[in-house]
Amino acid sequence: MSIQLSIRGMAKRYKTGEGVSDINLDVRKGELITLLGPSGCGKTTVLRSIGGFLKPDAGDILIEDRSVIALPPEKRPTSMVFQSYNLWPHMSVYDNLAFGLQIRKKPKAEIRESIADVLRLVRLPGAEKKSPAQLSGGQQQRVALARSLLLKPAVLLLDEPFSALDAKLRHEMREELREIQSQTGLTMVFVTHDQEEALSLSDRIVVMNHGRIEQIAAPQNIYNEPESLYVAQFIGKMNFLEGVVEADVIRVGELAVPNAKRLAGPAAVVAVRPEDVNLDSGIKEGLPGAVKQIMVLGHYAEVSVNLGKHGIIRSFQSKDAAQALSLGQHVRVSFAKVTSFPKE
Amino acid sequence: MLWYFRGIGKRKIVEFVLLAAFILFFAGPLLNLVVLAFSGQWAYPDLLPNQWSLRWWRFVFQQDDVVQSIGLSFLIASIVTVLSIVICIPAAYAFARLRFPFKRMFLFSFLLTHAFPKMGLYVSIAVLFYKLGLMDTLLGVILIHMINVLMFMTWIPTASFRSVHAAQEESARDVGASPFRVFRSITLPMAMPGILVASIFTFLNSLDEAQGTFLVGMPNYKTMPIIMYSIITDFPSSAGAVFSIILTAPTILLLLLSQRFVSADVMSSGFQVK
Repeated sequence: MSIQLSIRGMAKRYKTGEGVSDINLDVRKGELITLLGPSGCGKTTVLRSIGGFLKPDAGDILIEDRSVIALPPEKRPTSMVFQSYNLWPHMSVYDNLAFGLQIRKKPKAEIRESIADVLRLVRLPGAEKKSPAQLSGGQQQRVALARSLLLKPAVLLLDEPFSALDAKLRHEMREELREIQSQTGLTMVFVTHDQEEALSLSDRIVVMNHGRIEQIAAPQNIYNEPESLYVAQFIGKMNFLEGVVEADVIRVGELAVPNAKRLAGPAAVVAVRPEDVNLDSGIKEGLPGAVKQIMVLGHYAEVSVNLGKHGIIRSFQSKDAAQALSLGQHVRVSFAKVTSFPKE
Repeated sequence: MLWYFRGIGKRKIVEFVLLAAFILFFAGPLLNLVVLAFSGQWAYPDLLPNQWSLRWWRFVFQQDDVVQSIGLSFLIASIVTVLSIVICIPAAYAFARLRFPFKRMFLFSFLLTHAFPKMGLYVSIAVLFYKLGLMDTLLGVILIHMINVLMFMTWIPTASFRSVHAAQEESARDVGASPFRVFRSITLPMAMPGILVASIFTFLNSLDEAQGTFLVGMPNYKTMPIIMYSIITDFPSSAGAVFSIILTAPTILLLLLSQRFVSADVMSSGFQVK
């Protein structure tokens, strides 16, 4: 598929010392890509640079193979949905939506028709005459989204558009956005600090940290094969154990795990997802430990096991398996799947 | 009668009495003014005039300098309002949007003209105006009126511009509006209530100004408040009452108008120096 948006060697430094550097990213046509990272990691800087609200110090941004770096926001084929204060309160919903089309000198009848269509698409049919103050937070964001959709941008930019909404509504809006994307086939760049949002929404995730890209991959790959210790820490829950490299294996106490990445050592960090931690009481293999805490979280339970000098490890168990355990009980811990990283 | 008051409670009665005193205090003099303006003969101790008449209205409007002063006052107030909009609105936008050194100090300095006794300020300005040849000129009078309104005209619109969020301006750029179009279609209309209130304040303040005008504008620029002094001293109080109403009417009208556009808390937010 063709490349819709291409960022090449982008860098931007602020007076505070923060900023982004070495940003290289290709977004395919019709793809929904998420920039994910903690606040201050530079994800909004990248988004605002694509939209033309920031001028990068270096690098180039191409949309449909044309450089847009010299263009002001109003000349770029992008459209942005902001976190809040998207709408103009002195105008009706209709006028808010029509503003961009009027600037483009579209005929009145066409404007009216496309506004009715787009309002149906964002599930606000007939809201034309309302004023933004009469709408709830979620409805306001829908109108803002509709306004961007109307302009049929080459790339739609979304700057944490649902972060001001409550959890339930956020969930609904995610599903709706995904549906709208599949209907319209728009290329979207979505910024969020919420990993659940990124995992559920994206075709690919760009994990950012301290102004740099840590990993670009599909959600499942980010989760299963984090490329760096940072990504492993940031996405999902993860246990970290210190190990010693011995040629083909990494040894964690009595347990040996394969040294798949051929780390040089001598020390390494072994990372295990809680769902990959097995607890057995009948066997002799594995790390010895004692059950420290059992928390039942609905259909599953989180069991903490004290491994002595290796610290505390968390394991997800089924509710039944957890009920068979008791506090202080001795168990053997083994791993179904591990990832390893060089010790920093 | 008593059962009614017992039913509504002590607190309500106190509130009622306070409200009544308040209304009497504010509306009483105005009411008296209106009665006085339409009275032909009114002897003490009667509650109402024994004779109603429009005599003093006719008298006041037959004085040439009175009619002239009304025209002059409205002319000056209009010029002052337009000029201070031209000067202060861009300044207010800069205060709200741009970052520059000593911004707070500059914004606060507008309070200076209100920090001293007015007469002292006017006399020192008059000395300056003598040297510049601005005494007894229209420009001199307009300048002295503008000194009084700089504070309102900058502070209130500054707060209004601040209430327009960056994202609201940016999303307008985003859908294709040029910076000028954003200002015209988004920023200015959103700040308009504040600008309107400040303009009304300015207009009324200029209409009302007497001290500075007296010092700088005499003898050729006699505005309504100046004429008022001579009418009060030279003619019966009924003539003064008629003139007061002419002077008060635009104030009340414009204030009612401004109330339609903005609430009191929006007005007061103009006085927050952030």
